[in-house]
Amino acid sequence: MGQKITIEPVTRVEGHGKVTIHLDNEGKVTQTRLHIVEFRGFERFVQGRPYWEAPVLVQRLCGICPVSHHLAAAKALDVIVGAGTGDGLTPTGEKMRRLMHYGQIFQSHSLHFFHLASPDLLFGYDADPLKRNVLALALENKDLAVQGVMMRKFGQEIIAATAGKKIHGTGAIPGGINKHLSKEDKERFLHGADPLNIDTMIEWSQAALEFFHDYHDKNKAVIDDFVDFPSSYLSLVGKDGSLDLYHGVLRAKDKDGKIILHDVDYQDYLRYIDEEVRSWSYMKFPYLKDFGKVNGWYSVGPLARLNNADFIDTPLAQAEFEKFRAYSGGRMSHKPMHAHWARLIEILHSAEKIRDLLHDPDLMEGELTTRGEKKMEGVGLIEAPRGTLFHHYKINDRDQIEMCNLIVSTTNNNQPMNNAVNQVAVRMMTGQEEITEPMMNAVEVAIRAYDPCLSCATHALGQMPLEISLFKGETLIDLKRNR
Amino acid sequence: MSDRILIYGIGNPGRQDDALGILLVDKLDAWLKENPHVRAETDQNYQLNIEDADRIADFDRVVFVDASVHDIESTLLEKIVPDFRSDFSMHYVEPSFVVGLCHQVFDRKPACYQLHIKAYEFEFMKPLTEGGKKNLEIAFKEILDFLQQAPMV
Repeated sequence: MGQKITIEPVTRVEGHGKVTIHLDNEGKVTQTRLHIVEFRGFERFVQGRPYWEAPVLVQRLCGICPVSHHLAAAKALDVIVGAGTGDGLTPTGEKMRRLMHYGQIFQSHSLHFFHLASPDLLFGYDADPLKRNVLALALENKDLAVQGVMMRKFGQEIIAATAGKKIHGTGAIPGGINKHLSKEDKERFLHGADPLNIDTMIEWSQAALEFFHDYHDKNKAVIDDFVDFPSSYLSLVGKDGSLDLYHGVLRAKDKDGKIILHDVDYQDYLRYIDEEVRSWSYMKFPYLKDFGKVNGWYSVGPLARLNNADFIDTPLAQAEFEKFRAYSGGRMSHKPMHAHWARLIEILHSAEKIRDLLHDPDLMEGELTTRGEKKMEGVGLIEAPRGTLFHHYKINDRDQIEMCNLIVSTTNNNQPMNNAVNQVAVRMMTGQEEITEPMMNAVEVAIRAYDPCLSCATHALGQMPLEISLFKGETLIDLKRNR
Repeated sequence: MSDRILIYGIGNPGRQDDALGILLVDKLDAWLKENPHVRAETDQNYQLNIEDADRIADFDRVVFVDASVHDIESTLLEKIVPDFRSDFSMHYVEPSFVVGLCHQVFDRKPACYQLHIKAYEFEFMKPLTEGGKKNLEIAFKEILDFLQQAPMV
């Protein structure tokens, strides 16, 4: 008789998914799938709405990364109002948006590392799930827990200062931004009482990397050997090849580091990227057209960005980037757990960028918007915390949105997440007489390395749990887990 | 000296009755402007997260206001018991977790309550349901009562 395991939900994963793992009668893993089981059609919902509403409307997609959707939509509408394809804004417009974006990256990555990843690292995936959280972290390492909370808060305050408010921010508008940074906000971010100032945030970002390095030295198997498979990687890079999270050109590298998408203009993304629908999941499978559905899949996110970039244009992050690259002998890292490392380097990079921007007088004065010849279609891309985020709109002659296509970061990572689940399941469950809680946790840990947001990916809203099912032949054993 | 009070609305204003917590806080903001002798702060967000442990740390009393799909009449005000266990998804935490984190990380113990407002529908961009509107008014009166009461034990 066969066996089926269901884990419900994958704790700390936003969205609703289901992992099924099939074992044959000898206990060999024969099939694994990460299914996404709910769909509410957000792309259709925005059809017929005035195009200028999109940057606010799309924040309803997700309460987790609304800023990324806000900015990606605004970038697409920049094209429509004739403000260029991402680098045509006024200096104030672009720099205010960048500040907002680095605040978003800083807070989101901090949340992921301190709240979600570090408990897995500190307590191990075989620990009681009820203890693998930031409360337990506070008991074990209170300073680390406090830093996590306050770094997240600092990023959120940057967002509120640039987007206008925490909910449904209105800062980014087609063609620019709607406000300058106030002198009071600039002063408190630069010189506010500890710990909420940028110097402390940079110091703590470095401390988080030190924590990781120390952990990595002592636990190489967890970081290096837990899951490892070759992948291609897609991301924006700056036109000079630098790590650029806000704007640039699309680059993809294959598993050997060879550039296979040569820094192309993302307005033409449909020429290079398509999405496959598979009957068992509502989450599509994007792929590079030139390489086909089977071989064209890729990974996005922090690890992809660091694999693709030639350098980082802030000194502290660049020094860490060099260590990161050297660790893999200058080659691509194909270890999804290295995404935690890459994420920490991006936290430091974002903090340095925030500091530099806060010293830039363009934030306090200058033209906020620009416009040019109107167009009927525009694409906006941004490197959201979880990876490349595509927004594409077409409008009609009544200025209504006629077509909307979104490819969110988690969708871009669909195939690699499936691969990670498969590898962990095969490694840990094959031939085992009993499927234990730690084995199930390991599947979750592999998924969490991608920091997925299934709510975004299904274009749904709200929380949706994930269940993991293990089949052995026709027999189903449900191991349901409460949130 | 009066105690420091925070009323914190939770919800997505783009999703019908999910907006109840946010709308209550908006309504309270307007009322507080007209009644400056009543001292209270307000805040609102889509959902709670770990930084809210710091947000509530300096208050004596905190009320989280949120839409509820539970089987309640119109509203329910209950004291929050800190939850020291993991009970959250990836990017969202319950008020009880925020309170527990505040105790654990900041060694502060504000008296925290949750005002549940019965909600019915959660569609995109639709107005409040008639039931939601009625319950919002009931909840608002409860919050005004709360502001003028001595702390609950």
